[in-house]
Amino acid sequence: MSGAEILGGPAPQTPRDISGQKTLQPGEAEIVEAVRSGAGPMRIRGGGTRDVGRPVSGEVLSTAGTTGIRLYEPGALTLVAGAGTPLPEVEAALAAEGQRLAFEPPDWRALLGTDGTPTIGGVVATNASGPRRVSFIGACRDAALGVRIVDGQGRVIRNGGRVMKNVTGYDLVRLFCGSWGTLGVLTEVALKVLPAPETEATLILPDVTPAEAATTMAAALGSPFEVSGAAFGPLGAAGQGTALRLEGFADQVAYRTRALTDRLGREAQVLGHEASAELWRAVRDVTAFTGDAVVVRVSIRPSRLPALAEAVAAHGAPRILADWGGGLAWLALPEAEVEQGDALLAAARDFVATHGGHATLWKAPAALRALVPVFQPEPGPVAALSAGLRAQFDPKGFFNPGLMT
Amino acid sequence: MEMPAPDSLLMERKARIVSGLQALLPDGAVIHEPSEVKAYECDALTAYKCPPLCAVLPGSTEEVAAVLRFCHAEGVPVVPRGSGTSLAGGALPTADSVILGVSRLNRVLETDYADRIIRVETGRTNLSVTGAVEAEGFFYAPDPSSQLACAIAGNIAMNSGGAHCLKYGVTTNNLLGVRMVLMDGTIVDLGGGHMDAAGLDLLGLICGSEGQLGVVTEATLRILPKPEGARPVLMGYASSEVAGQVVSDIIRAGVLPVAIEFMDRPCIRACEAFAGAGYPDCEALLIVEVEGSEAEIDAQLAKIMEIARRHDPVELREARDADEAGRIWLGRKSAFGAMGQINDYMCLDGTIPVSSLPMVLRRIGELSERYGLDVANVFHAGDGNMHPLILFDANKDGDLELCEEMGAEILKLCVEAGGCLTGEHGVGVEKRDLMTVQFDADDLEAQMQVKDVFDPRWLLNPAKVFPLSVSALRRAA
Repeated sequence: MSGAEILGGPAPQTPRDISGQKTLQPGEAEIVEAVRSGAGPMRIRGGGTRDVGRPVSGEVLSTAGTTGIRLYEPGALTLVAGAGTPLPEVEAALAAEGQRLAFEPPDWRALLGTDGTPTIGGVVATNASGPRRVSFIGACRDAALGVRIVDGQGRVIRNGGRVMKNVTGYDLVRLFCGSWGTLGVLTEVALKVLPAPETEATLILPDVTPAEAATTMAAALGSPFEVSGAAFGPLGAAGQGTALRLEGFADQVAYRTRALTDRLGREAQVLGHEASAELWRAVRDVTAFTGDAVVVRVSIRPSRLPALAEAVAAHGAPRILADWGGGLAWLALPEAEVEQGDALLAAARDFVATHGGHATLWKAPAALRALVPVFQPEPGPVAALSAGLRAQFDPKGFFNPGLMT
Repeated sequence: MEMPAPDSLLMERKARIVSGLQALLPDGAVIHEPSEVKAYECDALTAYKCPPLCAVLPGSTEEVAAVLRFCHAEGVPVVPRGSGTSLAGGALPTADSVILGVSRLNRVLETDYADRIIRVETGRTNLSVTGAVEAEGFFYAPDPSSQLACAIAGNIAMNSGGAHCLKYGVTTNNLLGVRMVLMDGTIVDLGGGHMDAAGLDLLGLICGSEGQLGVVTEATLRILPKPEGARPVLMGYASSEVAGQVVSDIIRAGVLPVAIEFMDRPCIRACEAFAGAGYPDCEALLIVEVEGSEAEIDAQLAKIMEIARRHDPVELREARDADEAGRIWLGRKSAFGAMGQINDYMCLDGTIPVSSLPMVLRRIGELSERYGLDVANVFHAGDGNMHPLILFDANKDGDLELCEEMGAEILKLCVEAGGCLTGEHGVGVEKRDLMTVQFDADDLEAQMQVKDVFDPRWLLNPAKVFPLSVSALRRAA
């Protein structure tokens, strides 16, 4: 890989953008041109694996030209890549150095029935954070160090950088991370990466109710053993129960497994490295609900999980997979209950109105997604700020219009 | 350093503004006597001072809203202030501004150990947040060196870091929600006890916005269970190149220390003279700290010591007990005090990719010779957050200006190396005019467009962050 293409770094052979100030990175000129000559709404597309949100019509604007790992310094824990770089390429480069994306981005292809290959830009644009979110600095947004984007006027904007600590100017990195392509088109991302642990293990506890699980998970996450995953529900081969993940060097994981078991004071089944990794991939990708027709994603305070389960039970008796120690609840209805989807979403929204959090209609037939707010409606003053920001960055309303509504 | 000329019409209306504010707040919450207002004329960047029109100390979010609504209607600039510990002049007033201090907002509103959160009013100090939860075995991770005094409000405004952020991240990674008041008095809640944003990540945008987008009055912070233990090792090397390589090798070996601190010879000598910590006299000194149980610490330190030995250390010292651990940290923790003892100094906090460390240190040495000013380096090596201390004599004519000029050169060097102007102190007024070194016109315009949304009249802390020439049209509008 060439080391020259750092964020904002000089690359004299490449073209300049229209304002003549910034050296363009590979693939950016095409996106700038497409935005400047665009006549109407555009669907921003990375790998096309995340069919979430209000259905959007319009020309496809692809980031496929913005590929390639542009800088990777394992000793500095940083990686810079074009937004269109396939996720597997990034993960393979990291694995070769014994490192990883610590936020373990979910792969939505099985759940959503999409194909294609996820891109690193898509990961950042959707703030795709897996089970390790429950740990400190565990979200995609926490790993995002820098971005380059093309905004609605065809300007190339750079924010953040490639260093771990950076408070120079406003933090647009987090604003764009999780903006689902509704503010601009990501063309490059810089990420903090971390060493992959030597091994991992998972404790399985036979909890039956969400209340039992919430207690178990809170006790584990309040322990000093750095539990990096806490989930409850259908756990694949491990059956129904609570799963707690421990990571580190082999002796460390052995110690933590004993210490955590002692602290919980209960017998636990212990999964070794392979089985543990497989379990957390399934939790991450919500594969338990692949066959279901409606999936609602609810983000809440972890301790509210039992109350949420109670509040939604009357609406098609959804199955529940809880991640993030209970802070992320996936509610699923089978095809036969699809007409309950609307009511389930409404019940979840009622719940978060009282208890805090938000609910997203993550998977549903396109007809339902066109009919109801897919993302949580925002209170007036917040909605006004969001609308104001979109009007600034995407004044013509070109980018994934309405997707986050 | 230039500040915008105060609006003489506002200055003439001082009495009316003061009485308007007094009508909104309890007795004693409006400070307007010139002798008392003086307390608010600067923050920890004491080279610049300017008394404000007056200062207000509201005691609730509603009072903050009332003050802002009034100032918005009257067109009065407002400068929010936490504890006034900013090293970047983030709370420096203008003569026509009202200082809005949050020091009376200091209650703990809620602690929840099951959800691992604490909700506080933002005038509360950083250390007292940990103080509120440590009996239960928890702590609040960001630990800026001013943590005894600095307020959470200022931590959020500057997205403060600290020595332990290699492992735990900075403020933005530990902030889950805020209640804030916009310049027009609107109260907005963002985030809460849950772990991600409902829509656009406005919380992430607010954190580090230097009090220019709103006044944060309440914060929901993540608290973490305290590790079982922690232990440092000290290592000395004959060159900064080798020390830099050791840092890189430790990180590559898969060990993630909670802190890696670096000191160069001038800094070691000053600390030694001041604190007598028993540091070796060498070119570069590293303090590496790991956490866990006794056995986990032993295992991690064994790996780290093996790497350290491979690079021919001048000294290698593992703390055997709490007393020895304390002595290893003693010199580092007294670095700033030690420097203050021998000189006036200016502390920069540019951040660089760790790989550029030897090059940047060499070039700083060259600048030091060119300007005839000594520089001592002490910094967070794991994340590349430098802290060059330029020593000067404030009583000597022209020395401050020379020091500022050299500081600017060092920060340009950080940007050139692939880094940034400021890693944890913020831009404030101090680095405002250097923003064009790191950002081009489009990048700055994009940031200013954000302020246009939150504060269309540019009344909140208006003369900070952006070069005055760049923000002139907006401030005048």
